[in-house]
Amino acid sequence: MIRYSTASAVALVASLSAANAETTIDWWHAMGGELGTKLEEIVQGFNDSQDEYKVVPSYKGTYPETMTAAIAAFRAKQQPAIVQVFEVGTGTMMAAQGAIVPVYQLMEEHGEGFDPSVFLPSVVGYYTDSEGNMLSMPFNSSTPILYYNKTVFEKAGLDPETPPKTWAEVEEFSKKIIESDAASCGFTTGWISWIQTENFSAWHNQPIGTLENGFGGLDARLSLNGPAQVQHWGNLKKWADEGIFKYGGPVGGDNAAPMFYAQDCAMIMNSSASRAGVIANATDFELGFGMLPYYDDIEGAPQNSIIGGATLWALSGKTDEEYAATAAFFKYLSTPEVQADWASFSGYLPITAAAGEQMKEFYAENPGADTGINQITLNEPTANSKGLRFGNYVQIRGIIDEEFEQLLSGDKDAQGALDSVVERGDALLEEFQKQNQ
Amino acid sequence: MKRTIFSNQLLPWLLLAPQLIITFIFFLWPAAQAVRQSFLREDAFGTRSTFVGFENFTYLWNSPEYFHSLKVTAVFAISVTILSMGVALLLAIAVDRMIKSTRVYTTLLVWPYAVAPAVAGILWWFIFNPTIGIMPYLLGQLGYDWNHISSKTDAMLLVVIASAWKQISYNFLFFLAGLQSIPGSLREAAAIDGAGPVRRFFDITFPLLSPTTFFLLVVNIVYAMFDTFGVIDATTEGGPAQATNIMVYKVYFDGFIGQNIGSSAAQSVVLMMLVLMLTVVQFRFVEKKVAY
Repeated sequence: MIRYSTASAVALVASLSAANAETTIDWWHAMGGELGTKLEEIVQGFNDSQDEYKVVPSYKGTYPETMTAAIAAFRAKQQPAIVQVFEVGTGTMMAAQGAIVPVYQLMEEHGEGFDPSVFLPSVVGYYTDSEGNMLSMPFNSSTPILYYNKTVFEKAGLDPETPPKTWAEVEEFSKKIIESDAASCGFTTGWISWIQTENFSAWHNQPIGTLENGFGGLDARLSLNGPAQVQHWGNLKKWADEGIFKYGGPVGGDNAAPMFYAQDCAMIMNSSASRAGVIANATDFELGFGMLPYYDDIEGAPQNSIIGGATLWALSGKTDEEYAATAAFFKYLSTPEVQADWASFSGYLPITAAAGEQMKEFYAENPGADTGINQITLNEPTANSKGLRFGNYVQIRGIIDEEFEQLLSGDKDAQGALDSVVERGDALLEEFQKQNQ
Repeated sequence: MKRTIFSNQLLPWLLLAPQLIITFIFFLWPAAQAVRQSFLREDAFGTRSTFVGFENFTYLWNSPEYFHSLKVTAVFAISVTILSMGVALLLAIAVDRMIKSTRVYTTLLVWPYAVAPAVAGILWWFIFNPTIGIMPYLLGQLGYDWNHISSKTDAMLLVVIASAWKQISYNFLFFLAGLQSIPGSLREAAAIDGAGPVRRFFDITFPLLSPTTFFLLVVNIVYAMFDTFGVIDATTEGGPAQATNIMVYKVYFDGFIGQNIGSSAAQSVVLMMLVLMLTVVQFRFVEKKVAY
C-alpha cells in the first residue's frame, strides 16, 4: 500500500512537471534600485505573457562586476543565457567569438518575424559589425545632456529659459554666475572619458581612433589627441584654475551631482538616464535641460552625440530550447510598448522608432525629456560619431581619467596628457590584439 | 619538546589531512595556477591562449606604471607602519601608566580592530568626502582645501590614515603586553640612579621592547602591503592618477576589471616572491639579531 502510494505520488509529480515543461533561462544584469525593480516587472510581464519560457533575472552588482561574473562563469561552464554588458565591454565581447552568439544569428535561427531595421541607427550602430549585423540586443542606452539651474540663472541676470549653446557661452554665463554670487562655480561634469572626451569628439565630428573609431578591426589605434580635444582639455584646465569648472572625480564622477544638487555649480553635464535622480534631488530650484555645448569655430559641430549604457549578449554553450527562449525574450523586449514603458520610466532612450512614436505624449508632458533622443538623432551619424569599439577599453577609460588628473594637477599640459592617453592606450590595444588573434 | 610516536603510519597523515587539503585547495593550487597563467596570454573568456614565456614579466619590467606602483606601495607601507606603530606605542605607554582604568582604555582602544577593512574605508570616505564630509569642512575653515579626488597628497594621506587607524589597536595590544612584561624594578633602579622619564624610556624601556617592535614591524609591513585592499577600494580606488594604486590593488584591477589575466598573474608571482623575501628576512635576520 505504502509502495503503491509512493509510486502514484511520483507519477503525479512527473505529470505535473511535464505539464510545466517550461524552458528556464538566466539573465544576469546590473540594474540595482528602482531600475532593478522595473526590470523585474518587465521580466514578469514576459513570463506571464506565455507559458513556454521563463526568464530568471539576477542582479550581479555593478557593470564591471556583472561582466566579470559572466566571464568567470563562462570559464567554469556555468554561464547564463543572457548577460547585460556595458558599452565599453563591447570590444571584449565581440572579440570573444567562441563565447557569444551574435543576436542577428540567434534571431535568424530562432526568432521569426524579427526585423532589425526598426531600431534607431544611432543606437544600434554602436552594436553592429562592419557588415551591419546586430551583435547584441540594445536594452538601456543613454546619452549625456546638459542640466542647468534656472533659479541660479535668474539670480545672475541670465535668461532662465536659454541654456548655453556653445562653450563660449558656458564660459560667459559661468563668469556672470560667479561674479553675481548666484553660485560658486559655473559647471561640473560626470564622466570625463565618456562625456568630455568621447562624446565631445563625436559631437564635433572628430575621430577618437583610427579605422572608424575601431569598428574597422583589431589593429585600430587611438587618435584622440587632435587639436579639438587638446583645445577642450586645455580650456577645462584653465576653467578649473579660474573656478568656473569643478572636477567631480574619475569614472562617473561621484561628486559631480552633489555639487549640482547643493547649488554650488549652476550646470552639470551628465547621462540622460540620471534625469529621474536629478529631478528627485532638485527640490530647491527650477531645473532646465539643454543639449551639450559645442565650439562654433570647429567645423561640423554639432554633429550627434553617442550613446552609453548597456546591451544584452547571448552566450554560447546553450541548448536550442534555451536559444529559442532567449530569442522570444529579445523580441518581447523590442516591442514598442515595453520599450516606451521602460524609456519613460528610466530616462533611457527608446531604441526603436515605433517606441519613440509612442513616447510623443510623454515628451509633450515632460519638457526636456526628449533632449537626449533629439541629440543622438540630430544628424546622420558619421564614421566619427557612430560610436567606438576598442578592446581593453575599461582600462583605457581609466587612463583617460588619470591623464586628466595629471592635467588638473599641473604635471602635464593638455597636449602632453592626451598624447599619454594615446601612447598608453595603444599599448593596451596592441596587447588586446595579440590576445585575440 | 616531547615527541609523540605513532605506531600507525597512516594516522598522522589522516590527522593532518584537513589542514593539508585546505592548504592545497586554497593556497597551493591557486598559486600554481597563477604561475601557469603568468606564462600565458589569454583572451578574457579563455577561448584562446598562447604560451609567451617571460613576456608578461618583461612587459612589467618595461612598464613605468608598475614601477610607479612599486614606489607607491613602498611609501604607503612605510607610512602606515610608522604611523600605526608610533601612535600605538604612545597610547600603550599612556595606558601602562594608568593604575585603575587600564582595562577600560584597553577595551576601548581595541574596538577599531573589529571593524572590517571595507567598513573602515567607507567610514573614512564619509569623514573626508570633499563634498559632504566633516573634515574637509573643518579644514576649509582653517584655510586648507582638502580634496583627495584631485590631490595625490591628500589621497595618500587619506589611505594611510584609514589603514593605520585600523592597525593601531593590534599594535597597541602587543606594545602594552610588552611594556607590562618589563620588570618594574629595572625602571625603578634607573630612576634611583637619577634617570629622567625620557632617558628611562630610551635606555631601558625601548631596548627591552625591541622583540615586540621587530615582530610588529614585519606584521605591519605585511598588513600594509597585502591587507589594505578593502580600504583602498572603498576610498580612492587607486586614484587619482594611480597615486594610491598599491601592487595588490593593481593585481585586482588589471586582472578583474581589465581582464588582462596574464599580466595580473605575473604581478601575483612578483608579489609571492616579495612575501617569500619578507618571510626570509623575518626568520633569518629579525629572529636572530634581536635579543629576547
